Amino acid sequence: MPKVVFDEDRCKGCELCTTVCPKNIVVMSKKINAKGYHPATVDEMDKCIGCAFCANICPDTVIEVFKEEKK
Amino acid sequence: MIKVAGRPESLQSKQFHYCPGCTHGIIHRLVAEVMDELGIREESIGVAPVGCSVLAYEYFNCDMHEAAHGRAPAVATGIKRVHPDKVVFTYQGDGDLASIGTAEIVHAAGRSEKITTIFVNNAIYGMTGGQMAPTTLIGQKATTSPYGRSVEAQGYPLKVSEMLATLTGAAYIARVSVHDPQHIRKAKAAIKKAFEYQIAGKGFTLVEVLSTCPTNWGLTPIEALKWLEENMLPYYPLGEYKTPEEVK
Ligand SMILES: Cc1ncc(C[n+]2csc(CCOP(=O)(O)OP(=O)(O)O)c2C)c(N)n1
Ligand code: SF4
Ligand code: SF4
Ligand code: SF4
Ligand SMILES: [Mg+2]
Repeated sequence: MPKVVFDEDRCKGCELCTTVCPKNIVVMSKKINAKGYHPATVDEMDKCIGCAFCANICPDTVIEVFKEEKK
Repeated sequence: MIKVAGRPESLQSKQFHYCPGCTHGIIHRLVAEVMDELGIREESIGVAPVGCSVLAYEYFNCDMHEAAHGRAPAVATGIKRVHPDKVVFTYQGDGDLASIGTAEIVHAAGRSEKITTIFVNNAIYGMTGGQMAPTTLIGQKATTSPYGRSVEAQGYPLKVSEMLATLTGAAYIARVSVHDPQHIRKAKAAIKKAFEYQIAGKGFTLVEVLSTCPTNWGLTPIEALKWLEENMLPYYPLGEYKTPEEVK
């Protein structure tokens, strides 16, 4: 199952990643990070298809995407 | 599990100082990904400009040099001529490249210097607080064109890629954009080609990247991407304006 990991304290809350997810699972968290922004996060990780669109548009390299190795 | 996206090795782990949603950060990452993929990180020397990306030397994980405003192509020329085996690139904004540095970029292209320029066009002077640039669109408001740029007062925005493509010394000239994931992918492909052509010794290469400045455009980062798409793309068409003739 693909997985995305957010380096939360790098996030500037720009919300760009929330606009490109084909599964609409990237959302803004209610909590506040070290910079004072609401960081982006993924709620329903099981829906992630590992397309990496979110990481691709993130200007601050907050997001890492992991995928199962192809056999 | 394998990592399919994240920070490339050619980018330092240091956090960018750019405003939230500023696409300078995306463009930095693309250049770094290309350096990783071509395996040239330790062979590359970048030249940072004056503008919001003045601190680019803190972010790229390769050798870097700072240049005076607009003079990056001249500095890069010197570096490349002394180190012809290195991969040399400049990273410049539109105020830097198309205003104070117009002479340097034109003559570097004319001399066919074997360097690569990443030209970040956000249609404004970002760093200094949103003054009009030569690339500011007709009708676009800036602090020095508060009613919108008018043709009568300020003339027409410069189309740098089209202009440089007329020069024989230019080997590869392309304009790309980073307003959505599809275009980001294409932008990276163009940057990669530019570096490859430099390495192959084809001559001067430049990729103009349409970029946002949410802060000085007075828009949210999401609105800024939309504004770029709706207003900049019609005036600054994307595509390859010059490609080197294939060698037989
Ligand atoms: C010789 C000189 N003239 C003027 C300036 C002031 N200045 C600093 S950045 C800048 C323009 C930056 O705009 P741009 O190159 O478009 O970069 P951006 O910040 O938009 O990325 C100017 C005019 C300077 N630093 N040095
Ligand atoms: S990798 Fe694709 S599907 Fe998964 S969260 Fe990011 S944009 Fe959504
Ligand atoms: S694009 Fe990056 S910086 Fe912006 S909200 Fe998403 S994770 Fe945060
Ligand atoms: S002022 Fe504009 S170009 Fe400069 S960092 Fe902020 S958004 Fe980016
Ligand atoms: Mg600019």
